[in-house]
Amino acid sequence: MVDTLVFIIAAAICLTGALGVILARNPVHSALMLVMTLFGIAVQFVAQEAHFLAAVQVIVYAGAIVVLFLFVIMLLGVDRAQNLELSILPIQRWAALVFAGGSLLLLGALIVVVNEPVTGAEAVGGTASGDENVRLLARSLFSDHVYAFELTSLLLVIAVIGAVVLARKPKATQSAAVEEQGDN
Amino acid sequence: MTGDPLYIDGVDLTDIGIMAVKVLVAFTFLLVATMFMVWFERKLISDMQNRIGPNVAGPWGLLQTFADGVKFFFKEDLRPENADPLVFRLAPYISAVTAFLSFAVVPIGGSFGGGSSGTVTIFGRETFLQVADPPIGILLLLAMSSIAVYGVMLAGWASGSKYPLIGSVRASAQAISYEAALGMATVVVVILAGTLSTHGIVAAQSGGFSRWFLVSSGIVPFIVFLIAATAELNRPPFDLVEAEQELVGGFHTEYSSIRFALFFLAEFMNVITMSAIMVTLFFGGPAGPILFGMTWFWPTVWFLLKVLAFLFVFVWFRATLPRLRYDQLMHLGWKLLIPLILFWLMFISLKELRATHDWNWLATYGAAFIALAVGASLLLAGLRAGDRAYQEELEEA
Repeated sequence: MVDTLVFIIAAAICLTGALGVILARNPVHSALMLVMTLFGIAVQFVAQEAHFLAAVQVIVYAGAIVVLFLFVIMLLGVDRAQNLELSILPIQRWAALVFAGGSLLLLGALIVVVNEPVTGAEAVGGTASGDENVRLLARSLFSDHVYAFELTSLLLVIAVIGAVVLARKPKATQSAAVEEQGDN
Repeated sequence: MTGDPLYIDGVDLTDIGIMAVKVLVAFTFLLVATMFMVWFERKLISDMQNRIGPNVAGPWGLLQTFADGVKFFFKEDLRPENADPLVFRLAPYISAVTAFLSFAVVPIGGSFGGGSSGTVTIFGRETFLQVADPPIGILLLLAMSSIAVYGVMLAGWASGSKYPLIGSVRASAQAISYEAALGMATVVVVILAGTLSTHGIVAAQSGGFSRWFLVSSGIVPFIVFLIAATAELNRPPFDLVEAEQELVGGFHTEYSSIRFALFFLAEFMNVITMSAIMVTLFFGGPAGPILFGMTWFWPTVWFLLKVLAFLFVFVWFRATLPRLRYDQLMHLGWKLLIPLILFWLMFISLKELRATHDWNWLATYGAAFIALAVGASLLLAGLRAGDRAYQEELEEA
């Protein structure tokens, strides 16, 4: 009973947030709605006894990634309503409609047709709770999936270095810009 | 041993009653403590600066905060014309709620060690002396401190005014930078304790001073945690967020009346919570000698005394240290604290691994020393190269 109630409330929070992300006119409001969705998902994790995932969800997604979104929105000053009449490709809207409808149909068909677990894989944590849950997750991540894990972190490091390289102006143009400033 | 024994045999009305009492007591305690913390800080700083400080409202000015609170309630609540109405109202509540929630995981009493597992008996039920003991314990604190960033950030943005915006951008950059060091110092403790639950962390430290993680983690994580926590709290010398000489009042410039009071409350409440967390992580929580009778009474006294010591330290910082420049702040966080705690984290993990797998002492530490030396020299070379490039740029300009 309680489980169902928690699921319904959390799902309502998720869906409201998700709708808010696309319907809000102001980008900052959209980002906040995204935080709401992430919280709803964290509650679902807790209801599934996946406490660690819930904490990580809040710390990493709500605490770091959306903060960075907001950072960019505020610093670049795009925090006002965007003109939605503008589309880059002529058939953009129709294509979006077709793909969205297609995805919805596919999802609906899956829900109707499939009545057993899709991957058949069991959750790593199983029914263990508390510290055992974290321990099993760590063991799986650092033994069975260690290469995928390390490659992902390498990818992130490359992305960081790439961002720094792209953001830094080459020396020549930089000193030219400085001289220009000096002339004025 | 996971979880509060209160919930083991189902939940009935008595359990719910005990829970409600615990929540109420923690809430009231935190509010009253915050009130006196404001008084304590003002009085202590006056003493350090050779002033008298608040002395009119009540004996020794004790009721000064109460008087200020009443005044805040009756002031006009202003909202700038450019402000975003919804977010402007939301921000103070985010700050206050996260400040309250973090305190819920702190064990404030209960006798550990000597066979007892830190439970007390209320109405014939055994329970922990903390509002909640979730299996992720200490992660809840990190989550709340990362959500608290929203309060400050949104307040600055929603004010629709330039100084608050600058203050809030500074605040979020600072909080994100120092959260890494704070988190890794916590990880050291988690590795030593082998559990994430705050109750488990305190239990792992029971049995004398040498078992406190302050000692067994080798002091460095504590120092890093203290510095990072001061930065996370936006307390001096890291209070660039509300540097009044540059930013008027930082993120809360445009706030008045009760909304400002909420920010003020959250700030001081966070100081108390952070002190309590430090006591929990490094100073054995409520550990201490039980002098006579009443085994449930003394641990709480020791806990409160330890927290008080930290509150004193935070006020002392404020009275002593001048504010850092922004580049010094980033330098300290990224180039000193994070590498330091990273090396310490690897060292402690290796020490624990050696103990469990019974590796050869010389081989383990020899290899570790070489690896660390190579890493440290690479890092130093990188830092020096960066500094040189920066100096050259300055000279060219």
